[in-house]
Amino acid sequence: MSENPEPASAASGGISMRTMEIATALFFFAVGSLVVYDSHRLGSSWGSDGPEAGYFPFFIGMLICISSAVILCQAIWGRNAGRSGVFVEWQPLRQVMAVLLPALVFVLGIQVIGLYVASAIYIAGFMRWLGKYSWVKSVLLGVAVAAAAFATFEIWFQVPLFKGAFDPLSRLGY
Amino acid sequence: MRTQLSLGWPVLRRVAVLPLVAMCGLGTSAAVSAAAGAWEPTKPVEFVIPAGTGGGADQMARLLQGIVVKHSLMKQSLIPINKSGGAGAEGFLDVKGAKGDPHKIVITLSNLFTTPLATGVPFNWKDLTPVAMLALDQFVLWVNAEAPYTTAKEYIDAAKKAGPGKFKMAGTGSKQEDQIITVALERTTGAKFTYVPFKGGGDVATQLVGKHVDSTVNNPIEAVAQWRAGKLRPLCVFDDHRMPYKAKVTDKQSWNDIPTCKESGVPTDYVMLRGIFMPAGVPPEAVNFYVELFKKVRETPEWKDFMERGAFNQTFMSGKEFGEWVAKAEQEHVGLMKEAGFLAKK
Amino acid sequence: MEDIGALFHGFSVALTPFNLLLMFIGVSLGVIIGVLPGLGGANGIAILLPLTFSMPPTSAIIMLSCIYWGALFGGAITSILFNIPGEPWSVATTFDGYPMAQQGHAGEALTAAFTSSFVGAFVAVVMITFLAPLVARFALQFGPPEFFAVYFLTFCSFIGMGKEPPFKIMAAMMLGFALAAVGIDTVTGQLRLIFGWHELMRGFDFLIAVIGLFGIGEILLSMEEGLSFQGRSARIDPKIVIQTWKKLPRYWATMVRSCLIGCWMGITPGGATPASFMSYGVAKRVSRDGNKFGTGVIEGVIAPETAAHAAGTSALLPMLSLGIPGSPTAAVLLGGLLIWGLQPGPLLFVEQKDFVWGLIASMYLGNIAGLIIVITCVPLFAAILRVPFSIIAPVIVVICAIGAYTVHNAMLDIWFMMLFGVLGYVFKKLSYPLAPLVLALVLGDRAEDSFRQSMLIAQGDVRIFFSNFLVGGIMSLALVLLLWPLFSRLRASLRRTAPAPT
Repeated sequence: MSENPEPASAASGGISMRTMEIATALFFFAVGSLVVYDSHRLGSSWGSDGPEAGYFPFFIGMLICISSAVILCQAIWGRNAGRSGVFVEWQPLRQVMAVLLPALVFVLGIQVIGLYVASAIYIAGFMRWLGKYSWVKSVLLGVAVAAAAFATFEIWFQVPLFKGAFDPLSRLGY
Repeated sequence: MRTQLSLGWPVLRRVAVLPLVAMCGLGTSAAVSAAAGAWEPTKPVEFVIPAGTGGGADQMARLLQGIVVKHSLMKQSLIPINKSGGAGAEGFLDVKGAKGDPHKIVITLSNLFTTPLATGVPFNWKDLTPVAMLALDQFVLWVNAEAPYTTAKEYIDAAKKAGPGKFKMAGTGSKQEDQIITVALERTTGAKFTYVPFKGGGDVATQLVGKHVDSTVNNPIEAVAQWRAGKLRPLCVFDDHRMPYKAKVTDKQSWNDIPTCKESGVPTDYVMLRGIFMPAGVPPEAVNFYVELFKKVRETPEWKDFMERGAFNQTFMSGKEFGEWVAKAEQEHVGLMKEAGFLAKK
Repeated sequence: MEDIGALFHGFSVALTPFNLLLMFIGVSLGVIIGVLPGLGGANGIAILLPLTFSMPPTSAIIMLSCIYWGALFGGAITSILFNIPGEPWSVATTFDGYPMAQQGHAGEALTAAFTSSFVGAFVAVVMITFLAPLVARFALQFGPPEFFAVYFLTFCSFIGMGKEPPFKIMAAMMLGFALAAVGIDTVTGQLRLIFGWHELMRGFDFLIAVIGLFGIGEILLSMEEGLSFQGRSARIDPKIVIQTWKKLPRYWATMVRSCLIGCWMGITPGGATPASFMSYGVAKRVSRDGNKFGTGVIEGVIAPETAAHAAGTSALLPMLSLGIPGSPTAAVLLGGLLIWGLQPGPLLFVEQKDFVWGLIASMYLGNIAGLIIVITCVPLFAAILRVPFSIIAPVIVVICAIGAYTVHNAMLDIWFMMLFGVLGYVFKKLSYPLAPLVLALVLGDRAEDSFRQSMLIAQGDVRIFFSNFLVGGIMSLALVLLLWPLFSRLRASLRRTAPAPT
């Protein structure tokens, strides 16, 4: 977890620190503006008996905008702006994506086929493709974890988890 | 993006059920009571609580669950789930979205009416199927036991004399039952209170015991412990007749000894529905099953005990009668909320 | 001294084989609940409440309070091992607990966490035993201005301690406040910041954000370093417990201070979460190793854990003696009392002596049982880190998803969790601090509510925050803490000019 990755070597390259700083500052600015906008709608003044609903959010939004503007300026013109730090190199980024994308597919899977089935497939797939385990091991463990979760939540604690739009488990009576 | 597209109710069965529902419509449970026991849950039943853990609705729902388990009134289990977001709107929207699912019931309080009116969130009790009224919850005007007022009239007169902004009334939530009562009380008496909203009934009672506010309109169950300990004093009950329970709660008084607000010269009344609803479009047999279930619950000693401790009005209704009651109550709320200026801007 | 007799009677009530069995079952269940993020605390007790309906009340409350102990202990496990706080009050434990585990000291961190939890809870129970009626009245002193003062104090004890760029601290903290404001406004009942999207009504639960920012974010960071490492080398040596115990007495001052903060926050009902943050913040200021906090210092685990448990336990005191729930979990327990036909409130101590003293005795025993169970499992927990990353990573993601879902039973929350995961990764790399964001998210709306309630009471007069000794005292303390960095800088510069004294 090094805070600053090693200086970019000419060969690899990657997303620059500066780009990310600017993007994040813009993200904050957008959030801040949204907050200010909605607070204004709610009423953001100090009424006779204390602040209105939008009073605090208004200032919170303003502060977000101000800080992000400063961060943005620092990123563009600041002392370190010229330094070409690298946020993430392409190779590590690919590895991050190798986890992030399947995880997003997993969440999409939950939406469609429910948490238990999606979990089993996700764990098995992750072990098979990223961990290079054998199919047998991967599938066994995936199903085992999902079954354990099912036993714990659905049967033992009686907390129904999300079964998805198609709910494959309904065939089993759940 | 409704999340509860289906919770395991098989698609095929739903298709078969829909035409049936269309024929029967709402509130026909009384007509088919002969067929009791025909339908039974085939999987665990979700019991949605549109309020947070620990509150009045939550306590009642968990007591119901406990009674159902203890007396094995149902083969499948009853699973309470709190969906308290947006003053309960989250729970109601969830049930609204679960059309035709007979494995879901919801306990309601006044937020069934007040939340959509105050926030403009799109739901209405007509999006649900009324099952049964379990009880009506009373409201009592409480002051700290060390305060000099012994009748509601004395208290209101003092508030009038002090002028606006001097007397603080604590209540649960904003633009909900407690504030509606406060506004109604102001209108009938001319006194002006500063209404201070808190998150739960327990907080409210504590604030009054600690003398941070001057009065509350807590439900009996929320304040009874402090009353018995001599920390709070009830002034009047917001109903048109006294509570029936004559057993002594404190050394001297029973619930029955508390005068109605009308008797005390501050005519205001309000009772809160504690009822059970289901999603729309469920088979009447299912509605009937739950009506019978709650009838059985009412016969248990635990339930009777709870009713007495909380001084509930034990009116039970189901079917058409209940549906009409709800429709009437909604109209009353629209009126009250309009007068108070609590309706959401469209 | 009548109390002591009553307590021993309580022990005789609690110490039946059946009750002892229930204790162990309760603690084990509690640990599981505590480990699973999203479940736990209030939810966990509520879920398991029906299990106890068919038992006699004393046995039932013994089991439930043991579940409570277990959940308190369990929250620390995932915080230390995976940087995923299972409970709100475990967030502060991650700050130093997780770095310790990363450096191979997971066993030590876990032992320290469990032991200090035990100490915190034990002190609180002793206090409940002897000072109950006296202390309970203190809780009533707390109106909205006092609550605001306490939240303000928590912020002040925590702010200004980061090394990150000040504007980034500001941006992160304000983002936390903004997220906390989403949903319905308690004071006016208006919907805020939802832009017509009704799913947002429930607001952003802090657990969703934390599971994403810390848990998922951490997995992405680890991935960047490559899949190469096959689990961390964690010594599974049972001796680690003894070795850690030998070290702990050195930190007695931190423990005492944290106990005081915890008991105070539990009684007032400020709660375990502010207690843990405040205690961590204060320890960082006061400790000689203050600037090493956050890199894996054992004191940084001891402080929040002791305070959280002292608070969690003393939160039961207002419940028993006044019928006021000091925490959501206590509120659910309170509901349990009603179901067993007991009337919580000021008269419980008089009317249900057996029950109350049985419960207090079970607190002692349950706490000890809990400690024995979790301490013996330390090597086992630490060994989890040996599982290769390519197995543990997807399992953690699944557990995170389950946790995010169970908070509100909402699918959308799982998506938000993923979003927070990406944010956590980016923020960490750009050195936006996460702790102020989380703190603001946890306490933001509560602080705002109590501020505005105070304003309603005072008709907009800000002087209410200095209107009596109690609230004025807390506010002044908060301001002192806020200005502390200035003092210490001043002192440092004075020292530099004067000849260095030894």
